[in-house]
Amino acid sequence: MASKVIHALYNDDDLLLQAVKQIREGRYHIGEIYTPFPVHGLDKAMGLATTRIAIASFMYGIVGLGVAVAMMNFIMIEDWPQDIGGKPSFSYIQNMPAFVPIMFELTVFFAAHLMVITFYMRSKLWPFKKAENPDLRTTDDMFLVEIDASHHDVNDLTNFLYDTGAAEINLIEK
Amino acid sequence: MYTLSSKLRLTAIIFMIVGAIGLIYGFIAAPETVEEVKEMMASHGEHGEEATDHAEKVNVEQLPGGNNAALHTDEENHTNSDSMNTEANQTATASDSTETETNHDASASEEDTTATATHAQGNMAHEDHEEGAAAVHGEDHDGGEAHGAEAEHGDEHYEHILQQLQNKPWAALYVAAFFFFMISLGVMAFYAVQYAAQAGWSPVLFRVMEAITAYLLPGGLIVFLLLVLSGLQLNHLFIWMDPDIVAHDEIIQNKTAFLNVPFFLIRAAIYLGGWCFFRYLMVKNSRKLDNADVDDLYYFKKNFKLAAGFLVFFIVTESMMSWDWIMSLDPHWFSTLFGWFVFASLFVSGITTIAIISIYLKSRGYLEFVNDSHIHDLAKFMFGMSIFWTYLWFSQFMLIWYSNIPEEVVYFIQRIEDYQLPFFGMLATNFLLPVLLLMNSDYKRVNWFVIMTGLILLFGHYINIYVLVMPATVGESWFIGIPEISALLFFTGLFVFIVFSALTKAPLLVSRNPFIEESKHYHY
Repeated sequence: MASKVIHALYNDDDLLLQAVKQIREGRYHIGEIYTPFPVHGLDKAMGLATTRIAIASFMYGIVGLGVAVAMMNFIMIEDWPQDIGGKPSFSYIQNMPAFVPIMFELTVFFAAHLMVITFYMRSKLWPFKKAENPDLRTTDDMFLVEIDASHHDVNDLTNFLYDTGAAEINLIEK
Repeated sequence: MYTLSSKLRLTAIIFMIVGAIGLIYGFIAAPETVEEVKEMMASHGEHGEEATDHAEKVNVEQLPGGNNAALHTDEENHTNSDSMNTEANQTATASDSTETETNHDASASEEDTTATATHAQGNMAHEDHEEGAAAVHGEDHDGGEAHGAEAEHGDEHYEHILQQLQNKPWAALYVAAFFFFMISLGVMAFYAVQYAAQAGWSPVLFRVMEAITAYLLPGGLIVFLLLVLSGLQLNHLFIWMDPDIVAHDEIIQNKTAFLNVPFFLIRAAIYLGGWCFFRYLMVKNSRKLDNADVDDLYYFKKNFKLAAGFLVFFIVTESMMSWDWIMSLDPHWFSTLFGWFVFASLFVSGITTIAIISIYLKSRGYLEFVNDSHIHDLAKFMFGMSIFWTYLWFSQFMLIWYSNIPEEVVYFIQRIEDYQLPFFGMLATNFLLPVLLLMNSDYKRVNWFVIMTGLILLFGHYINIYVLVMPATVGESWFIGIPEISALLFFTGLFVFIVFSALTKAPLLVSRNPFIEESKHYHY
C-alpha cells in the first residue's frame, strides 16, 4: 500500500517552531524536518532525544590515553629501556613527564577523530552519498515539515497545516 | 537588599576568635632557643637522622642509575659515579648488548657530563639540609667556605630547625592571608574581564563580585603589614631581607637592586594602591549607574574603560607581585611563567568563590534572577581554568624536570622530597577531580555538585600556595597543624564577614546596566 506524506513548507524559522508545537499538540506524526540552518530549540520542540556523542567522545579519549600509555610503556620501558640523555627509564611513572605531551595529544586525537567518524556513520554521511533532499529550496530559504498522512484525512490535515501558517502544502505519494 | 543574618555574622566572629587564639598559641608554642628545639626533637624521635637520610636519597635518585637496587649502597654512590654510569648503561642495554656495543661508548661519555651535574646538585641538596639558613636556598656558590664550616655543624643543624619552626606560624599566617587576598584579586580580574568583554550573561552577578572585591583593601593591608613586619626583621620569611645572609651570598647580592626592602615595599604599595583604586572607582561607577537615566551610559562607558585599564595594569603588577611576594621567598630560583601560574591559581579560586557565594545567596532566596545557566557558566569557567592551571603547573614542572639544570631543579627536588603528598595531591584536587566532576554538562547545573567541587578546588589552591611558600620558609619541618588551620579559620571568618557585610551595602541586582535584561533572561 502506498504511503502518503504531506510536505508543509514554511518561510520563517519562528513560524516553523510555532507550527511544530501545534502539530505535536494536534497529535500528528512528524516524519522529518528540513531546514537550511540550525534552528535553535527545534530539537526540543520536536521532542528529540539528546545526543550521546559527547559520552562516546569521552570514551574514545580514554581509549586514546590507554593506547598512548601502553605504547610508550612497551617501547620506552619494557622493550628497550635505553638510557637516553639520563632520563630514567626504569618504570613508566619515573619517566612520565616526558610522555605527557604524547598522552595528551593522543587522547585528543582519538576523542576528536573517532567522534567525527561516529557522527558520519550515525548520520549516514559519506562522499558520493545520494542527497536526500525533498525540495531544493530547503537548503536556501524554506523550512519543510514532512508529516505522515496515511492514517489521517488529507483535507483535515491540509486545513490544519494551512492554519499553522504553511506557505505551501504538497501531498506526496511514496 | 541583602541583610546579613546574625547566624552568619556570629559564625564569622567565632571563626575569627578561634583562629586568633590558635594563631597566638602558634606563636607562643614556637621554640625560641636551640635547647627547646632539641627537647622537642627528642620527644618526637630522631628527626636529625631522618634529615640526613633524605639528603642521601636525593643523591641516589638523581643519578641516572638511581633506582637500580644493586647501586643503592652509599659508598658506591659517593665514590665513583663513573663506574656507576657504565653499570647502569649495561643493565639498561643488557638484553642485546652486542648490538649496542658501538653506541655504548658514546652514550656513556655523554652520560658522564649529566652524572657530574646531577651529582653536584645532589651534593647541594645535601648541604641544604646540613648547613643552616645561609645555604638553604640551593646552589652554594662559595662551597669551599661552607665545607670548612661543616666541622662545627653540630648546633647549626638545630639552629636551622629552630629558624624553620620560628617561621612556621608566620608562614601559616602569610599563606592564609595571601590565599584570601588572592581570591578577591582574582574576582576583581574576573569582574574587569566581564566589563571589558561586555559579557551578556554576568551582570546579574556583578554585585556578588563587587562584594567579594570589598576584601581587596583590608586583605591587601594585612598582606602588606606582614611584608612590612618581614622587612623589619621580625621573621625570616624572606631570607634576602637578612643582611647577614646577603653579605655571604653573591647571588642575592647581585639581585639587591631589585630585592631590597624599601623598593620592595614601595612596589607592594603601588600594586595594592592601584588595584584598590581601580576597584573603588569601578564600584562607585556601578552604584552611580543604578541611579542614572534610562539611556545614560556614561558610567557604563567609564567602567568599560576602567576595566580595560585595570586589566593592563593588573597583568603587569600581578606578574611582579608574584615575583615579589612568592618567588622571592626562594631568591636563588627563578621561573619565567611563574606570574601566569599564580594568576591561574587566583583566577580559578576567585571564580569558584563567586559560584559558591552565588549559590549560597540563591539558596537563601536573594538571587532569584540567577538561574542554573549562570551557575553552568561559572562551572565551565572553573573547569576550564582548572585545566589552565594544570597546564601551567605541568609546563613549569616538566620543563625544569626535563632539562634538570641543577640551579633550577633544586626547587622541585625539595618539594618532591619533603612535600610529596601536597605537591602531587594538588593534581588530584585541582585537576583530576574538577575535570571529571565538571565535565558533564548536567552536573554543572546541579548546585550542590558545584559547591562540593568548588570546595575541593579552593582547598587544592590553598595547598598550592602552601607548597609555593612553605618549602622556602619552614622546609622539611612543615605540618598542617594548629597555626595553619587557625590562620585559615581566622581569614575565613574575616573574609566572610567583610564580603557579606559588603553585600548589604547595595541592591543585589544592578539596574540600568545595558546588558541586565539579557543577563536576567540568560539561558544556555
